[in-house]
Amino acid sequence: MTTTIIWTIGILAGLGLLLSLVLFFVAKKFKVEEDPRIDEVEKVMPGANCGGCGFAGCRAFADAAVKAPNLDGNFCPVGGNDVMKKVAAILGYEIKEKAPMVAVVRCNGTCENRPRTNVWDGVQSCRVKASLYSGDTGCSFGCLGCGDCVAACQFGAITMNPETGLPEVDESKCSACGACAKACPKGVIELRNKGPRGMRVYVSCINKDKGAVARKACKAACIGCGKCAKVCTHEAITVENNVAYIDFTKCKLCKKCVLECPTGAIHAVNFPAPKPKTETVSPAPAPKPAPAAAPAPAAQAAPAPETKKEA
Amino acid sequence: MSNSKVTFRIGGVHPNDSKLARNCAIEVLPLPQTVYISMAQHLGAPAKPVVAVGDQVKVGQVIAEPGGFISAFVHSSVSGTVKSIAPRKDIAGNMVPHIEIAVEGDEWAEGIDLSDTLVTAIPSDRAAVLEKIKACGVVGLGGATFPTHVKLNPAPGSKAECLILNGAECEPYLTSDFRILLERTKEIVVGAAIMQMVLGGCRCVIGIEEIKPEAIEAMTAAVAELGYKDIEVLSLKKRYPQGGEKQLIDAVMRRQVKSGGLPISVGAVVQNVATSLAVYEAVQKNKPLITNTMTITGDCLPVERQHNYLFRIGMPLSYIAEYAGGIPEAAAKLISGGPMMGRAIANLDATTVKGSSSILYLSEAATKRKPESACIRCGRCADACPMGLEPFLLNRLYKAGDIEGLEAGSAQDCIACGCCLYSCPANIPLLDNVNQAKGQVMGVIRARAAAAKAAAEAAKAAENK
Repeated sequence: MTTTIIWTIGILAGLGLLLSLVLFFVAKKFKVEEDPRIDEVEKVMPGANCGGCGFAGCRAFADAAVKAPNLDGNFCPVGGNDVMKKVAAILGYEIKEKAPMVAVVRCNGTCENRPRTNVWDGVQSCRVKASLYSGDTGCSFGCLGCGDCVAACQFGAITMNPETGLPEVDESKCSACGACAKACPKGVIELRNKGPRGMRVYVSCINKDKGAVARKACKAACIGCGKCAKVCTHEAITVENNVAYIDFTKCKLCKKCVLECPTGAIHAVNFPAPKPKTETVSPAPAPKPAPAAAPAPAAQAAPAPETKKEA
Repeated sequence: MSNSKVTFRIGGVHPNDSKLARNCAIEVLPLPQTVYISMAQHLGAPAKPVVAVGDQVKVGQVIAEPGGFISAFVHSSVSGTVKSIAPRKDIAGNMVPHIEIAVEGDEWAEGIDLSDTLVTAIPSDRAAVLEKIKACGVVGLGGATFPTHVKLNPAPGSKAECLILNGAECEPYLTSDFRILLERTKEIVVGAAIMQMVLGGCRCVIGIEEIKPEAIEAMTAAVAELGYKDIEVLSLKKRYPQGGEKQLIDAVMRRQVKSGGLPISVGAVVQNVATSLAVYEAVQKNKPLITNTMTITGDCLPVERQHNYLFRIGMPLSYIAEYAGGIPEAAAKLISGGPMMGRAIANLDATTVKGSSSILYLSEAATKRKPESACIRCGRCADACPMGLEPFLLNRLYKAGDIEGLEAGSAQDCIACGCCLYSCPANIPLLDNVNQAKGQVMGVIRARAAAAKAAAEAAKAAENK
């Protein structure tokens, strides 16, 4: 009995020793050289594995960052400059600081501005809706309101506002990973410069229809009149395909365009509201929209009456 | 009613056929003041306008030419002045270039035979006939609007054994094909004989669902009277989607088309009866495809207000709806096409196109989606799918974003017939999701094909160096 036990223990111990030696030599011989810095970099990453950097996850980003000659092409939008500084310190690279970005919903099509022309009775999915038709309003460019962006956000930064029917971005939670922009079949969401203290100016409309058509579909649509581009002293605004776009790298936040816009399509957010100033300024633009609205579509001259007839 | 046994072997459902407008003879719609003719009325590249604003056009005059190999000519359906060439919203609300023509009189272009005489002599010059079909802008009127001259000219090496004329009209409510089977019977037979000649003398089967005995009778008599070789009329079992291309081939020839394959790979060419009529008019009468038949029907429209109309392309849907007596109050949804595969009309200002087949007014009870509940894996969708797919599994894979799994599950074979959604007791939007999945898989397959082609070309270029 005792001998059986001794034999068993002895054989198993011997076998274990032998196999461990085999494993030891194999591990030595076929060792995969991996840069220890990959682990270090991965540790300082946010670990959300959101894919916002363009890689499959944080580990893949770390691997790419270590292998790359510099950090120019690689940036973690979630961690931002803080994380990138740590990564740069580990790798001994220099980084160019990037201005923080934020997701911006470029649509003014609230239930009030953009009357519904039909009822969508299908699946609550923007992707399905966009593949079938142009949407339940007269505007075929704007937000479809089924919330694919909300589902795509891993940070809980987007919610649908039931009153407006539009998604809203919580700036404190948005990591600018771009998942919502990818999920939106209409391309309504754009990543834009967050701006100093969150102040930024943007055209909240991407309607490429001619002025009269766009205006008919939505009260606050960009009608492509070009007034903003004329008033802009920094050449930040371009009007193409009947819609204005503000280049955030050139915009100096002077807000002249905001006052000029006849439909209120240009939004300025997070600006402090100095009370006396707004009082003196606001009466000026307030009566303006009415007269400005009439000549604006007329500036489109020839096509305007035709489009009316069609409709 | 005959009890036909001829049907496809996999899946299928039996919706109530609701052919309410079956006894309404075809009426000709009067001309509106303006027509808007779409440049994208066919599958493939949009047509390119060849007229300018201010030009005078006649009925049947070419106003746009094909924009690619798979594309078609577009002709003016009225006489008058070209008012504008501008993008306009189509039935789904998407911008498509349209030519606007103000109607002045009704003057036809020269060379078009407007008489009713039946021309039965079949021309023998195959190339000339194909050219004529192309020049007259004939496209498949069964729904896909694929250019007919391309379909009738199979790639070298493939031989058509059977031309199947699709008179099944398996979609509930629609009666336009039934009406032309009754009223234009002989023309359809002559059209079939022309296509037979073009395809090199194959046999021809005219398939009609058993619920249209009058049409089967009339067609059988016309075939016997005209005496063309190898044309037969076949009564098909009433079952949806009997008129699906692949289902019809299975029913008639007992052959199944491989995934991703064309009907010609099993020796079949399927054409709709309305296409056959268009081919007859093009070849024998030199009349381009500018008219088609559409049904105005629905469960909330009194029978006396239901119609089958001969319309000209470019007539606004709102004009037709108004002429037919306006939209009934109980209508909750307007559909263009059948209730199973048709699309909801999001924009009534849109115009008729070559493939328009109906305006359907459906009540809320008939169309409103019921609340969705959980899948209990009953398998009814898999039983109903005529392509042998498993929609409940594909639905899960789509939600998980597993494109490889979707491809392995053949999501790309979905024909969007809607049998799964129709049969689902839990009201799960299977059709919507599987159709999306199909789009994603097709995108991957196309990208792979493009990459393979580019790689092959690169290898060839390297070899040549």
